[in-house]
This record gives sequence, C-alpha cells and structure tokens, in this order.
Amino acid sequence: MLEIKGLEVKLEEEDKQILKGVDLKVGAGEVHAIMGPNGSGKSTLSYVLSGRGGYEVTGGSATLDGIDLLDMEPEERAASGLFLAFQYPVEIPGVGNMTFLRTAVNAQRKARGEDEMSAADFLKLVRSKAKDLKIDADMLKRPVNVGFSGGEKKRNEILQMAMLEPKMCILDETDSGLDVDAMRLVSDGVNALRSPDRGFLVITHYQRLLDHIKPDVVHIMAAGRIIKTGGPELALEVENNGYAGILEEVA
Amino acid sequence: MAKSNALMQLKADATALRLAGLTLPPGATWAQEARQQALGRVTAMGLPHRRDEYWRYTDPATLTVAEAAEAAVLVADESPVFGDIDALQIVFVDGVFDAEASDDLTMTGLEVDRLATATTKDIHWAKDLYGVLEARGQSPVERTLAAFNTAFATDGVVIRATAKVAKPVRLLYLHADPTSDVVLHHVIRVEPGADLTVLEGGPAAARLSKVMEVDVADGGAFHHVRSQGRDHERRAHTHTFARLGAESTFKFFTLTVNGRLTRNECVIELTGNDAIAHVAGACVGDGKDFVHDDTVFITHDAERCESRQVFKKVLRNGATGVFQGKILVKAGAQKTDGYQISQSLLLDDDSQFLAKPELEIYADDVACSHGSTSGAIDDTALFYLRSRGVPAKAATDLLTLAFLAEALEEIEDDRLAEDLRDRLEAWMARRS
Ligand SMILES: Nc1ncnc2c1ncn2[C@@H]1O[C@H](COP(=O)(O)OP(=O)(O)OP(=O)(O)O)[C@@H](O)[C@H]1O
Ligand SMILES: [Mg+2]
Repeated sequence: MLEIKGLEVKLEEEDKQILKGVDLKVGAGEVHAIMGPNGSGKSTLSYVLSGRGGYEVTGGSATLDGIDLLDMEPEERAASGLFLAFQYPVEIPGVGNMTFLRTAVNAQRKARGEDEMSAADFLKLVRSKAKDLKIDADMLKRPVNVGFSGGEKKRNEILQMAMLEPKMCILDETDSGLDVDAMRLVSDGVNALRSPDRGFLVITHYQRLLDHIKPDVVHIMAAGRIIKTGGPELALEVENNGYAGILEEVA
Repeated sequence: MAKSNALMQLKADATALRLAGLTLPPGATWAQEARQQALGRVTAMGLPHRRDEYWRYTDPATLTVAEAAEAAVLVADESPVFGDIDALQIVFVDGVFDAEASDDLTMTGLEVDRLATATTKDIHWAKDLYGVLEARGQSPVERTLAAFNTAFATDGVVIRATAKVAKPVRLLYLHADPTSDVVLHHVIRVEPGADLTVLEGGPAAARLSKVMEVDVADGGAFHHVRSQGRDHERRAHTHTFARLGAESTFKFFTLTVNGRLTRNECVIELTGNDAIAHVAGACVGDGKDFVHDDTVFITHDAERCESRQVFKKVLRNGATGVFQGKILVKAGAQKTDGYQISQSLLLDDDSQFLAKPELEIYADDVACSHGSTSGAIDDTALFYLRSRGVPAKAATDLLTLAFLAEALEEIEDDRLAEDLRDRLEAWMARRS
C-alpha cells in the first residue's frame, strides 16, 4: 500500500536536512506505529507525504499503491486515498464544519469521477458518524475547529477520516490531549475503520493508544531515519526504558 | 488644513470649466433655491482634486471631467439582485424613471414620489430635506461632488415612511447605454416609530452620481442593502447623508463586485440619544484598473449612541482598495460606543489596500476602537482544506467567502444575506 524508499527531505528556505533516508512499507490491512524523540522528523514525514509546502524532497520516493505520491497536488493525494489527521488541527474561521465536510467529501468524489452525495444522504451519514464520536450538532455547525477544545479537535479529525474513508490513514499524535474517555472514542473510531484493504500509520509517544489500536509493526524514528523496527513489544520497551537504550544500540 | 493658493486656483479653474454651459434644471421655487445654493457650494469649494486630503488614494479626475468614459453594458446571465424578495419595485434605466417597469407607487405607510415630480410642486415635505443633509455633511470635510449632484439631479425618488412598511422598496438601476452619465438624488424621511427597508441593485450607468439623504426621526428604523452592478467599466460615486434621531436605527450594507471606480461616501450624524448606526461593506475587486473606495464619517453628537463600521475587501490582480473611516465624538456625547474595522484580503502582491482610520474624541466617557488589517490567504488553512481533497481554487474561494462572511453577517435579514452570498459564490466559481 504505502511504500517509502530512501526519502530525504530538507527545508525549502533553509539548508536544514530533516529526513535523511526513510524506508517504510505499510501493507494493506496493517497498522504501523512510529515512535521517536521530539524533533526526529515524524510530523515532517506526514506533511511531506500529504504535500505540504515548505519542504524539498532531495532523494527517494513515496508511492501509494504504486502511484507516485510526491508528484501530486495535496488534493490529488487525498482523492487517491491518503489522509492525515493533523497533530495540530487547523482553525478556519468563517467556514462551517458541515460545509467543510460536505465540500471535502464531494470534491473527492468528483475527482474520482463519482456522483456527489445528496444533501440528505450526507446529513444522515455525518450525523451517525458524529454520534459515534460524541460530536454534537453544535460542533458540526460551528466554524472548523474554532473554539474547539484540544480533544474536540482530535475527534473532529477522526470524524473527517470516517467521512472520507481513505485507504491510507496517517494519524499524527491523535492521542495527545485526549482524556481517557476521548481516547476510547477515538480508538473505537479508528478500529471501526480497520479493514483488510486499509492501512494505518500511527505516530504516537505513548503506549496507551497502542493498547487500544493494536499495531502490527512498530518503528522508531530518530534524527530523520527509521532506526529500529519491531513488533508491539518495541513500544513497551520505549514506554518502560525511554529511547536511550535503542539509540545506543544503533549508534 | 490650509490649502495652497495654487491648488485653490487650479480647482477653481477646473470647476468653472466644468460648470460652463451647464444650466440648473427648472422646478418650483424651493427646488430652484436648493439647487442654486448647491451650485454656490460647488463654486465655493471647487470640485475635488487628487491633492485634496480625502482624495489622495483615489483620483477623482474621471468623476469630475465633463464627458463620462464609455462603459460596456454587461449582459447579465442571472436574475436581478434581490429579485426574489417581495418588494415595491422602482426601476430607473440609465437614470430615468421607468413607469412601465415600476410597480404602482402606492403602499400603506408609504408616500413615494418621483423627484422630478416633487420638485415641481410648490409645497412638498421633501423641501425640508433636499440638499439640507448634504449641506450639513460638507463640514468639516468637503464633498463637492454631492453638492454638484444636488444642483443638477433631475430624477430619483422621495420616500416618506409613516409606519412600519410591510415590504421593502427595491430600487433597480438598469444600465442600457454605454455612454450614460447619470445623476440620481433620493430623499428619504422615516417618521417617528416608522420602519423602512430600501434595497438597491444594478450598475445604473456608465458613470453614476448618486446622493441619498436619509432623515430618521426618533424611534425610526431604516435598513438599507445594496449591490452595485457588476459592469466592469462603470464608474460610480455615491453619497449617503443620514441624520439619526433619538433611539433610531440605521443599518446599511453594500456589496461591490467589479466596476472600474467606486467611491462610496457615507456621512452619518447621530443627533438623538441612544441611536444606532451600522455601516458595512464587502467588495471583490479584480485587475489593476479597479479602485474601490469607502469613505465614512460618523459624528456622535448625543449620548449613548452606538456606531459600527465593518468593511472587507478582497483584492486581486493589482486591484486597489481604499478605506477612510472616521469617528468623531463631540463634547458631551458621553457613553459613545464606536467601533470600526477595515480588512483586506490580498490575493497577490500587486494588489493594495490603503486605509486611513481616524478617531477624534472630545468626550471623556466613551469606548471607541478601530483596527485595520491586510493579509493574504492563510497558507495553513489552505493546505488543510487541500489535504481533505478540496482543489486549490475551490479552497481559496471558500476561504475568500469566509473572509467576507463577517461583513455579510452585518445584514440583519437572512434572505438578503443569503442572496448576496449565493451570488458571490457563483461569481467566484465562474472565474478561473
Ligand atoms: N518549517 C520548519 N521550519 C524550521 N524547522 C522545521 C520546520 N519543519 C520542521 N522543522 C524542524 O525539523 C525537525 C523535525 O520536526 P518534526 O515536527 O517533524 O518533529 P516530530 O518528530 O514530529 O516532533 P514531535 O514529537 O515534537 O512532534 C525539528 O527540529 C523541527 O524544528
Ligand atoms: Mg510531530
């Protein structure tokens, strides 16, 4: 599904290399977790995959089902099935959450040559998905993320994911800022989407989320590289001992 | 500020040249006197010049020259603005009242006359207002184009509301002749406790000069929403002079899309306690020839009045937006609540927004604030939308509409706001 080979990325404006050859392969139906110290490049990887400006790819490749991701506009990547739940969801004053969701759903359908969803069908779908995530009618009406609490913003990201039904979901620290109940809601939301033809890349600092969303593979990223890959036990090791041991081991 | 003699002379000469050969329209004695006095003001003040303090950002030359530049007539591919709103419709074609296209001018709680008719009557209530509010509005800032309008206007409407009027009056200005040079003057009197909504739409002419004098008596309410025709080459300068009595309300919104030069001046005097005045505008400008200028002057001369100015402009491809807004709080106008915000969204580096916000306060117990900002589309928001599959242009349009939404929210009647929002959306979608 998602295949990243030797990906090297620097800042466009500065001479600063952030990703220094990332190799990663997420197969259909798999859940991979990425952990790693602050500033190691996890968010950068997620941004570069989804097409945010400001970065320059200096080497390597990234494909989704064999199609070159890096060559596409962000909206084309989305329509091809890539989704990023942002570490810091963006507030958009003046754009209603509902309008935003409908515009996004229909834009992707249009790009794929499908018919737009009728207003009635859309409303029904969004209401049921919102209910699962305990997102109330008021939050749907308000401008996108404006005045939402940290946890509400994260739930709103998962709502978007549920509505857009992407093939490949990247979650960047979706667990941070969530209380215990919200963590459960979000995890249930993610687990409900797990399917044999969908892949997940979950960026997190904590084992807690991985208790709910059981990963198949865990990667450790440090200084712009994946330095170690293992099973779920790797996350436990980090939880218990921190990164020092792993960093030493590969040094 | 003392003007240089050279500038005074320059203006006097240009004004004499402009007035040469013009004769005042005929009418009843009171109308002739009002016009004569207005002509006197024109001569005394002189037509505006680029070097005048309030014309630094917008060159008035094309508004003051004798011959109006041609403006192609836009063949509209849509129904007239506010067409779906049940209203008393009054139509002007190139500035001339069109009786056939207009509704019967009778409605409960309303007296409507053509200006052309009213000015021939020996006695008419309009004589106490025609040119009167305009003349009051000439100080401390000269507005000679408005005095010129009073002197030479032959058509327009005079409207008196004596009760809560059941439906709005819709003024529709059609543009048919690419060389039309039009002077329209309206006089509106809202009697105590009466409530009137006036809608305006359409380009009107190749060059439009329009003055509206509005006198809102104690406890009266006047709502005004207008859309200034999309014809690309049209020019317009409009003046609204309002005088507000105690506990009265005045709410005014303007949408401007296209047009080559638009100067909208709004002069409001809050003369009775507890009056409310809201003026707002949204503008979308495209191209280096586009200039849109909002010049607002609000005078607080009573206690506990509220004034609010909200202006938003979207500018692209080298368009220019101007905002000159002043709040003057006179001595004794305690507990004044004055607010002013002007913002521009610049869609490229060539476009510019020039703002001159001013506060002048002579009372000590007031709350006044003003702010002005210029910014580009928020890159982060744009990326967020695109990452959800919304194409770049649609995402930009969405953010642009979101920017204007705050101004549109100033419109109280949701149906009117919705009509304007839908049009904006459609116009934006059509551009590449
Ligand atoms: N636009 C930018 N300008 C300057 N520095 C940047 C920019 N983007 C990323 N960086 C730098 O790149 C490095 C990697 O940042 P990134 O956000 O990818 O880390 P992370 O692994 O997601 O960290 P965290 O766990 O704290 O979220 C950091 O040192 C960061 O400061
Ligand atoms: Mg991060």
